[in-house]
Amino acid sequence: MFQFIVRRLIQLIPVLLGVSIIVFSLMHLTPGNPAQIIAGENAPKETIEQIENRLGLNDPIPVQYFNFVKDAVMLDFGSSWRTSLPVSEELWPKFWVTFELAVYSTIFSVFLGLIAGIISAVRQYSFADVGIMLVALFGLSMPNFWFGLMLMQWFSIKLGWLPPTGWGSPEQVILPVITLGTMGAAVVARMTRSSMLDVISQDYIRTARAKGLKERVVIYRHALKNALIPVVTVIGLQFGSLLAGAVLTESVFAINGMGKLIIDRILARDFPVVQAAVLVIAVVFVFVNLIVDISYKFLNKRINMD
Amino acid sequence: MSQETILDIKDLRTSFLVEDFEVKAVDGVSFKLPKGKTIGIVGESGSGKSITAMSILQLLDKPGKIMGGEINFKGKDLTKLSEKEIQNIRGNEISMIFQEPMTSLNPVYTIGQQIRETLKVHQGLNKQNGTKKAIELLSLVGIPSPEQRVKQYPHELSGGMRQRVMIAMALACNPELLIADEPTTALDVTIQAQILELIKDLQKDLGMSVIMITHDMGVVAETCDYVAVMYGGKVVEYQDVKSIFKSPKHPYTVGLLNSIPRHDTDVDELEPIKGNVPSPKDMPVGCRFAPRCPFATELCEKELPSLDTQADGSEVRCWVYTDRWDGDPEVNVRESKRTAESE
Repeated sequence: MFQFIVRRLIQLIPVLLGVSIIVFSLMHLTPGNPAQIIAGENAPKETIEQIENRLGLNDPIPVQYFNFVKDAVMLDFGSSWRTSLPVSEELWPKFWVTFELAVYSTIFSVFLGLIAGIISAVRQYSFADVGIMLVALFGLSMPNFWFGLMLMQWFSIKLGWLPPTGWGSPEQVILPVITLGTMGAAVVARMTRSSMLDVISQDYIRTARAKGLKERVVIYRHALKNALIPVVTVIGLQFGSLLAGAVLTESVFAINGMGKLIIDRILARDFPVVQAAVLVIAVVFVFVNLIVDISYKFLNKRINMD
Repeated sequence: MSQETILDIKDLRTSFLVEDFEVKAVDGVSFKLPKGKTIGIVGESGSGKSITAMSILQLLDKPGKIMGGEINFKGKDLTKLSEKEIQNIRGNEISMIFQEPMTSLNPVYTIGQQIRETLKVHQGLNKQNGTKKAIELLSLVGIPSPEQRVKQYPHELSGGMRQRVMIAMALACNPELLIADEPTTALDVTIQAQILELIKDLQKDLGMSVIMITHDMGVVAETCDYVAVMYGGKVVEYQDVKSIFKSPKHPYTVGLLNSIPRHDTDVDELEPIKGNVPSPKDMPVGCRFAPRCPFATELCEKELPSLDTQADGSEVRCWVYTDRWDGDPEVNVRESKRTAESE
């Protein structure tokens, strides 16, 4: 087990190097001189040259890349070209907001999706099943921002139960989490249903029933644990896309998160911030999927980790 | 048959309701099982033998449903019990083992966990005592080094070992009745013999009654006291095991016996039964076996014979043995390449 984790961590290195190359190239493949962007359009030549030298823009590209990676490993992403603040200072507060949003949304979608999926599978073709799958289809196909606006319209404006914007207090968390988590819940519900249906028809479920176990025990202890593997995979992928895809939800609810930061800084061509944000998302995504892989081993001992 | 009867099935009817259509998988099956004895239920795939077994413990897959009849077990009609009451019987008073040992154990729990579960539900044993009992059970079914095996997962065991685990699990609560649904079909021949021997020994030691479901007349000869031959959802013949090999009555039974190889006769070719089992959706009106029966007459095709007790105590569902028989009065159902030998 420990060996497996170490090996997987080592395997992450090439993945992260690949990510870093792509992120680094962002700056060099986009047109325009960064020094010019920092200094402004009408800046004198001397100022631009000065900035070029300070940023090391005249160094050979491999040297620049090496310096970039070296700094990134130390979590030093330089300073913003727009605000001159250290990137980490700008990024971390917003990262945590988005991270929280993604975590809560994932919890919400796992909880709702699992329950809905199990009910659907256990009562296949029943009224409940058809209803749940219809709602799930709706959840899947509905645009995020529209759903967010509708929730806001009803629960904030008409009923006045919950605040329409912001982030921090428990009341402020509810609507964005529902908005962002619904699609995930729908995906998890559909995945759980098909996976459970597959497992329920297995011989060992009949054995469990033949032992005289209660149907509840048969479903939750014997079927669910077997059915979880594909579901856990989906949850891992969902989390990554939630982290990266929270932009719309953040915009709708005026949440000052990383999604909004990335969009703002792309438009402003503030590359150090964009680079750092993309890198952080990639790293988190890769680690979440590592956790998913490790959880397989706990769910199914047959999976060979060596 | 004056002994105590442990199981008495009367006119059991089990159907699968598919949309508005009723597929009669088991259509009026009756038989009795004396205590401590073994009955073999024999038939081809689709004869309804497994469905009969599943009906006893009500383990039918949807949309299967018991439509009528009685399953009397120690004076209780199992078909009338609530889900909770039948749960108390499953794995406790009546246990079942299945055809596929490779897939019948849950892959994500250890052998010990799975045996302990039965003990906990029915006897309230805690983890420590459960493990002790599980180890005892594993050694009872002949699994070497049971202390290590309890901690293993099913994928670490061979098919024969897994079937032994299934048997250990089934025996956990000293059941009075063991239903074995083709327990050896998926196993190697050498392992088959071991498993059958094991079931027989355990039966003797523990005084269980056994229902052995099989399509293999060899298994029947090895293990059973009585035999019910099923065809098309009905019992076509019921005899004790010696008589069925000595004087099979129903043409289908004769066909089954002729299709197995024997070492004591000089037969070059096996005789398969021609044709296929009829689909339950499209059952013949008369005798279910008539379309494949070499002796079938007009009467056979039109009317279904009843299961009648013969002078020698056997029960047969065939027109040949009735007064209304309209074929050759001298007909000998057993006329086959093997007749001479069995006299």
